Amino acid sequence: MSFIDIRGLKKSFGATTVVHDFDLSVERGEFISFLGPSGCGKTTILRMIAGFESVTAGSIAIAGKEISRLPPAGRDVGMVFQAYALFPNMTVAQNIAFGLRVAKKSAAEIRTRVAEMLDLIKLPALGDRYPYQLSGGQQQRVALARAIAVKPQVLLLDEPLSALDAKIRVSLREEIRSLQKELGITTIFVTHDQEEALSMSDRIVVLADGRTEQIGSPFEVYNWPRTRFVASFVGTLNLLAAEVIDADAGTLRIDGLSVATVGPIRGRVAGDRVTVALRPEAVTLGPAGGDRADLPGTVEEVSFLGAVVRIRVRLGEQTVSIDGFNQPKVALPAKGDDAVLRFAREDLLVLEGDG
Amino acid sequence: MKKPTFGPWLAVILGAAYFLIPLIATVEFSMRMKRGEYSFEAYRVVLGDPRFQESLAYSVVLALVTIVIGVLLVVPTAYWVQLRLPKLRPVVEFVTLLPLVIPAIVIVFGYLRMYNSQSWLPLTDSRRGTDLLLAFGYVTLALPYLYRSIDTGLRAIDVRTLTEAAESLGAGPMTILFRVIFPNIRSAILSGAFLTFAIVIGEFTFAALLDRPAFGPYLQLVGANRAYEPAALAIIAFVVTWACMGLIQVFGAARGAASKT
Amino acid sequence: MTPGERRLSLDTSAAPPSRPSLPALPWAWIGVTPFFVFAALFLVLPTALLVVGAFQTADGEFTLANLRDLTHPSIVAAYWISIQISAASAIGGAVIGAFLAYAAVGGGLPAWIRPTLMTFSGVASNFAGVPLAFAFLATLGRTGLVTWALANWFGVNLYATGFNLLSFFGLTLTYLYFQIPLMVLILTPALDGLRKEWREASQILGASTFQYWRWIGLPVLWPSLLGATLLLFANAFGAVATAYALTGSSLNIVTILLYAQIRGDVLHNQNLGYALALGMILITGFSNVAYIWLRGRAERWSR
Repeated sequence: MSFIDIRGLKKSFGATTVVHDFDLSVERGEFISFLGPSGCGKTTILRMIAGFESVTAGSIAIAGKEISRLPPAGRDVGMVFQAYALFPNMTVAQNIAFGLRVAKKSAAEIRTRVAEMLDLIKLPALGDRYPYQLSGGQQQRVALARAIAVKPQVLLLDEPLSALDAKIRVSLREEIRSLQKELGITTIFVTHDQEEALSMSDRIVVLADGRTEQIGSPFEVYNWPRTRFVASFVGTLNLLAAEVIDADAGTLRIDGLSVATVGPIRGRVAGDRVTVALRPEAVTLGPAGGDRADLPGTVEEVSFLGAVVRIRVRLGEQTVSIDGFNQPKVALPAKGDDAVLRFAREDLLVLEGDG
Repeated sequence: MKKPTFGPWLAVILGAAYFLIPLIATVEFSMRMKRGEYSFEAYRVVLGDPRFQESLAYSVVLALVTIVIGVLLVVPTAYWVQLRLPKLRPVVEFVTLLPLVIPAIVIVFGYLRMYNSQSWLPLTDSRRGTDLLLAFGYVTLALPYLYRSIDTGLRAIDVRTLTEAAESLGAGPMTILFRVIFPNIRSAILSGAFLTFAIVIGEFTFAALLDRPAFGPYLQLVGANRAYEPAALAIIAFVVTWACMGLIQVFGAARGAASKT
Repeated sequence: MTPGERRLSLDTSAAPPSRPSLPALPWAWIGVTPFFVFAALFLVLPTALLVVGAFQTADGEFTLANLRDLTHPSIVAAYWISIQISAASAIGGAVIGAFLAYAAVGGGLPAWIRPTLMTFSGVASNFAGVPLAFAFLATLGRTGLVTWALANWFGVNLYATGFNLLSFFGLTLTYLYFQIPLMVLILTPALDGLRKEWREASQILGASTFQYWRWIGLPVLWPSLLGATLLLFANAFGAVATAYALTGSSLNIVTILLYAQIRGDVLHNQNLGYALALGMILITGFSNVAYIWLRGRAERWSR
């Protein structure tokens, strides 16, 4: 049995269901991200685990104990909120000490633990400051210390970085991750930012409309998206409409051009309309031939983005974006040039669902 | 995790009872004028009383004058403070809140001392002068509400950008103030105006001590001498207050809707 | 104060935006001159004149006799009963209003309750003065509806219990009619400022509802509660019309004493009247200073 076991979790508000039959198993010490656009149900699931939303159906167990009917305090979880939610009338030290004070720990124990936490978040000198005297990043670190000071079994992070500046966001996500590894605390992290989810997580749960689209490691989710939603939400995939020519051989037709992928295409028959995905960085421009698949087209737009050059190529009705590194020695194609798209056959992914 | 709502319901029901019972009692009382039956006799008597009409008309005119003076005083000030003198804001705010601290009766007492017939500016010597003084007094009373309402309205629009845009198009200060700023905070001005109206229409202390025939002193006079008419007057006054607050809500809602688009 | 003057003052101050290098201050000040002139003429100076008068004899000589005369038992009694009524109606209004506001904001009631309560509060808080006195006479006077209902339905003779609408208790009850809704109006925005996440953060850290209010909710709300209560106090302390219409001059509160003094010099000393006014300013002024001081202490943790 896993450390956290969520089975058939469902949440309805009146007639509208916002979470459908959600299942998830989390191992002890794992860092899991819930990734999805706003309204996908990720925060609702987190709040059901925390105990702020009642569960319509299903079960949540932590360490074998069913908790879905317990009050928040009885669940032994810690939580960090999007907008810090530090108690404004208390100093940093008092905020961190709050859970310990409620638990009636001795003054000496509280002092030691608070000092420990302040060191951990690298703010040892700021114990006597009030929240308003801190920067956003500092406040969120204090919120983190407050949540873990009571040594909860599970740490819940509800978009903790989304209110911060881009630079601090990056440094704090590294800090959170290393802290999590150091403490070995099982963590669930809610975010709508795919880069955060990809860089921090052991596994990512991609959610849309209250349903799980895919669960997998960042590597899996990024490289082998299973559905059109995951493909479009994680990264900037090219999505193309295609028609199956021969499912066993893995041949498809895109805008009248036939192209081969690594067959067979499971569960499809000739004539099926499907969506295929192609990563911009998996495509190059060059002469036809070799073992790579190729598709001829016309250059429609060239954008110079610094390190990366993005070229859009038109194939009949559809366009494909290509990302290549900037190489000053190689001249960029011009608009209207003929071009041939080249990519490895296994990079052309046939997605689940209708095309 | 559902919260028990028994306590909140009880609080709201008790609050509603406290609010409604006196009104019901007043309506009931106002209809008792004819023995043995309920009638609108008291209302007929009150509405037919020429002094009722005169005093109400006087107070309405006075309220309108107060609103005009108040708006002309507060809008340019609040606008100017936001645009050019933000450092002065605490001082101006402090002054506008003074009428909440200094009792009205003290202020009017001061007027009687400062503007009496032996003073340098004997406003109370003439009836017109006293009327003007009364209007200024009401502007003072309304200042906290009027200023806050208009200041909030100004903060909701971007005063600086609007002003600079108008200036770049060649508008002078008067044009900016009356053609750009006023229309943009119309609903805030109206909210403040209706509140001012509600305050002025039944005000007693200023009018009685300056000895002007306003609605408030008339109410008091009827109350001291009659039995059922005061109840009818109270209901009429209540309806007027209701109307003012309702209009504030309407314009407040319009403002909310406008800011969303 | 004529429009012409205003136009003049604004025209002269129009230069700075096009010539930013010019020191804008002296011109900019002209824009707020009408306001400060008005405030001086109709707010500050009249009050200041009373203060000066309180320290003068009828001939204009300096004296402290007026202040000394304020300690006359009947005057002290008037202040005292005013303070009692104001404090009782302020504290009562604050407590009840706070619960009512909380019930509407955070009590989990249907959504329509809140706007309805706010509208009714707006009306009720402005329904003061003479009409309010009439309404309470019709309700709790000797022939009032509630008095009648209590006698006929419950067999309680209200006036035999010692109740009198024209008394301390009756006046406090009447004042509460506008004090409670005023509190609701002032406190609701402050209650909205209590963030849901604070409650949740405290819950998940194990705090009970009581602990949440004791350590977070009340300390955060404290300045607003205090300020609102003080405003309610000043509101009741300066009230004349309700009390006068209700009780005539039978109740010896300081505003009614001052009213009688202004009308007919009942103290037989014009300058003692000024001292009476000074005493009122001192009391409301002092409560404000106390408020500012307390707020300064309570808000150490905020900007």
